Amino acid sequence: MTSSMDEKIRLRDLHAFYGESHILHGINLYVNRGELVTLLGRNGSGRSTTLKSIMNMVGRRSGSIMINGTETLGMPAHRIAHLGIGFCPEERGIFASLSVEENLLLPPEVRSDGMSLDELYSMFPNLLERRASQGTRLSGGEQQMLALARILRTGANILLLDEITEGLAPVIVKKLGEVLVQLKQRGLTILLVEQNFHFAAPIADRHYIMEHGHIVEEIHQSELEEKRGLLDTYLSV
Amino acid sequence: MDSFLGINPVALFGQLLVGLINGSFYALLSLGLAIIFGLLRIINFAQGALYMVGAFFAWLGLQHLGINYWLALIVVPVSVGFIGILIERILIRPISNEDHLYGLLLTYGVALVLQGIFTHLFGSSGLPYSIPETLQGGANLGFMYLPTYRAWIIVISLLVCGSTWWVIEKTKLGAYLRAGTENSRILQGFGVNVPLMITLTFGFGVALAGFAGVLAAPIYSVSPDMGANILIVVFAIVVIGGMGSIGGAILTGLLMGIIEGLTKYFYPEASTTVIFLVMVLVLLFKPAGLFGKEL
Repeated sequence: MTSSMDEKIRLRDLHAFYGESHILHGINLYVNRGELVTLLGRNGSGRSTTLKSIMNMVGRRSGSIMINGTETLGMPAHRIAHLGIGFCPEERGIFASLSVEENLLLPPEVRSDGMSLDELYSMFPNLLERRASQGTRLSGGEQQMLALARILRTGANILLLDEITEGLAPVIVKKLGEVLVQLKQRGLTILLVEQNFHFAAPIADRHYIMEHGHIVEEIHQSELEEKRGLLDTYLSV
Repeated sequence: MDSFLGINPVALFGQLLVGLINGSFYALLSLGLAIIFGLLRIINFAQGALYMVGAFFAWLGLQHLGINYWLALIVVPVSVGFIGILIERILIRPISNEDHLYGLLLTYGVALVLQGIFTHLFGSSGLPYSIPETLQGGANLGFMYLPTYRAWIIVISLLVCGSTWWVIEKTKLGAYLRAGTENSRILQGFGVNVPLMITLTFGFGVALAGFAGVLAAPIYSVSPDMGANILIVVFAIVVIGGMGSIGGAILTGLLMGIIEGLTKYFYPEASTTVIFLVMVLVLLFKPAGLFGKEL
């Protein structure tokens, strides 16, 4: 049994709306300290909206979002990160008018034990080489590394990662997988939205499957084999 | 000096100087507009009126409160900036989720109200503000006479514009502004208090207009319509320079002042229209503006 102290993220009956459209229909999920949990599902199933709802980046929301045991539903967007959350949006959000290093140094520190520039540059050597370049001059893979490095520097220990492998070459996807394993070993908590099941399967502790704004299935690492057929049904296009 | 190729250097340099001075005001005002537009996506039509308010505050300070010119250069921009902060918090914020056209109309309304208040209180004829003693007089450069106050305007405007550019392009504070201009939602997601940043940015952009107003008080007469007259030109300059470039706003301001000055010498009849002509050409051939990014 996990004590509630170990719960880094807990969503209860979360509904979210963009204008008139009702996107999330009562999401319940939790992520414990040090866990890597994925949100799987087809495009439009509400996975990105779930992450954005946690960040208070959608329209209206109702229900409950507990981060580290603190209710955040009424909290202004700029205070959420300071609970120790780092968000890596699907579009990566690299700023074109900032250099690589400026991008890296931009987010305010939210906890004291963030990774140093040196550590980040040794984890992602490409960024060191290109630190003076304009942020958006980087390749897609380098931009993704920058987006990830940027939130690791802040000391965030809860990471919300949206489709970080999308459109990237296999060698870079492999590198990102290694990085996630390292982060997990450091005790970081990760909620990952992922399309690439083969990327997520070996590194995740649990998977939630979403469809039409609902969570339709929760699968533990140990149940992957027996529920393979079910997964294929949900994820097939 | 004798004329060369039919050009009278004294008159030409005289007009160039006038152009540079006008250009300095254009640069200060369009810089403020560009900063505000970047983060709020609102074309602040009250910028000219707040420039006028700056000039009046300088005049009122001198007449009634014993605030001299030098003190006014600090006190007035701060007070005008504070008015800007109130405008942003009370009027602009409630409509920040609406179409940006509302912001334009709202600030235009604010401009008319401010102009109306000052016309009611002070009448529409201009009020005099004398040049501070240390900046009186001038120097004969041989080819022209350079009044000290006019040289001061150019130097201090360039200094203020230059340091604003430096802060925005080269510092961490500026990085927040640039990032917020590109994508304020993601910046806020990183834990930056974007609503506060918007308020302070609006205040600063408007303070630049107040500063320009103090500089203008001794050379233009202080009158309620001074802002409306200059705003139309500044708006054209912003279109020419293109939104989204801080350096572009400064350079275009100065450049258009100079072009206006040269036109006054070579073909005076066109001097009031030349900037609009350039605007039309820019809109036809480079709609995003000389320094703008395609939106």
